[in-house]
Amino acid sequence: MKIPYYPGCTLHERALDFDVSARECAKAVGVELQELPIWTCCGAVFPLVSDNVMEILAPVRNLAYAAREGDKLVTLCSFCYHVLKRANKVVKDDPEKMEKANLFLRADTEAREEVESYTRKDYEGQVDVLHYLEMLRDVVGYDEVKKKLRRTLDGLRVAPYYGCMLLRPKKEMEFDDPEQPSIFEEFLDTLGCDVVDFAMKTECCGGFQIVADEDLAVQCSRNVVGSALKNGAEIIVTTCPLCRYNLDKKQDEMAKSVRGFKKIPVVYFTQLLGIALGIGGEHIDFSDNYVDPRPVLAGKSLL
Amino acid sequence: MRLTIKTEELRDELIRRVEDLSRQSLLQCYQCGKCSAGCPVVDEMDVIPSEIIRLLQIGRLEEVLNSKTIWVCASCLQCASRCPKGVEFSNICDALRQMVLRKRLSNPRMDADEVSAIMISDAPQMGVVAALRKLNG
Repeated sequence: MKIPYYPGCTLHERALDFDVSARECAKAVGVELQELPIWTCCGAVFPLVSDNVMEILAPVRNLAYAAREGDKLVTLCSFCYHVLKRANKVVKDDPEKMEKANLFLRADTEAREEVESYTRKDYEGQVDVLHYLEMLRDVVGYDEVKKKLRRTLDGLRVAPYYGCMLLRPKKEMEFDDPEQPSIFEEFLDTLGCDVVDFAMKTECCGGFQIVADEDLAVQCSRNVVGSALKNGAEIIVTTCPLCRYNLDKKQDEMAKSVRGFKKIPVVYFTQLLGIALGIGGEHIDFSDNYVDPRPVLAGKSLL
Repeated sequence: MRLTIKTEELRDELIRRVEDLSRQSLLQCYQCGKCSAGCPVVDEMDVIPSEIIRLLQIGRLEEVLNSKTIWVCASCLQCASRCPKGVEFSNICDALRQMVLRKRLSNPRMDADEVSAIMISDAPQMGVVAALRKLNG
């Protein structure tokens, strides 16, 4: 089964460990992720003001490219998923903005003949934007995933960190319950992990504020990490490169203000899936992790 | 504390502009404070989210536009998610930021050349793009 795939900028470069592990895992469960032949940055933020059409153009353009490839588009990064899904909803619900966006797309094709074939038709919201977790649950099926596992991650205490962008706003994302989500827990159950529930699993990690105000973002991420540790987690899993960065790479900063702070590794969910599927070698790469997850994994005989 | 509320301030067209841009009705808010209670960065704010809405309800736009609050918000949408009246404070906050940034009423919170070398070389690019879009316009 082939499904169109949008990696987004960060997975294309700084989060290659996420991209590579996801592609390999998909293959192992019978899905070929087909990267869109042409794509651009999604813009990273969805505009929250009513008059901003400019910031939906990049996601709509990417969706129009996707429409040439199929009726679904899978993505992994929480920001990309959030922006693409909400922009798609704008196109479906707001005829005026749909028309404006398509006018821009047509202007684009005149200027750049090479993309003409991709955006010739108007885009009307016909693509279903899926998160990779939704693909595993709804297209492949967690039961099928389970059949493909080479080993289960028994005894590994894993805290699933959702963050903000997958869940909110509920009426637009339609992803899961914003206060008590379960898709991640069900996924980790499938892998055989001991799922650790924690209060801060849907709290903000500080997000982009890490760029402007590090102390502010570290305060947020420290609360998340502290909450997972307190409940006995050995490892945190995430779906977002920015969450990974804030939660993992800033642990030295967190340690400065918490006595007896214990470090905890933070990995992408596809890396754990890869281990369970028996994928090894360069496809499951932990060299970019600041807190090395290998000792914890080796301690459970998972490496 | 004595507070003077002026009719012309209540009817300020810029306050209506906040409502238009954010697509929120300010009078929906009955000050329960759930937005402030759920905000992960409320400790860093000089005016908490529910107070921002109250100030807008009584026409005090100036104080709101000059607050630190609007630059501290990380758009995590927790406030909007928990409001029992469906008021999305996150959108109000974005509208306020946009009103400042578009007219350059004050310096942007962040300029591109202020992004630190470590962020350029180390951080996920989505974070840098998002920060500049939110805090520079």
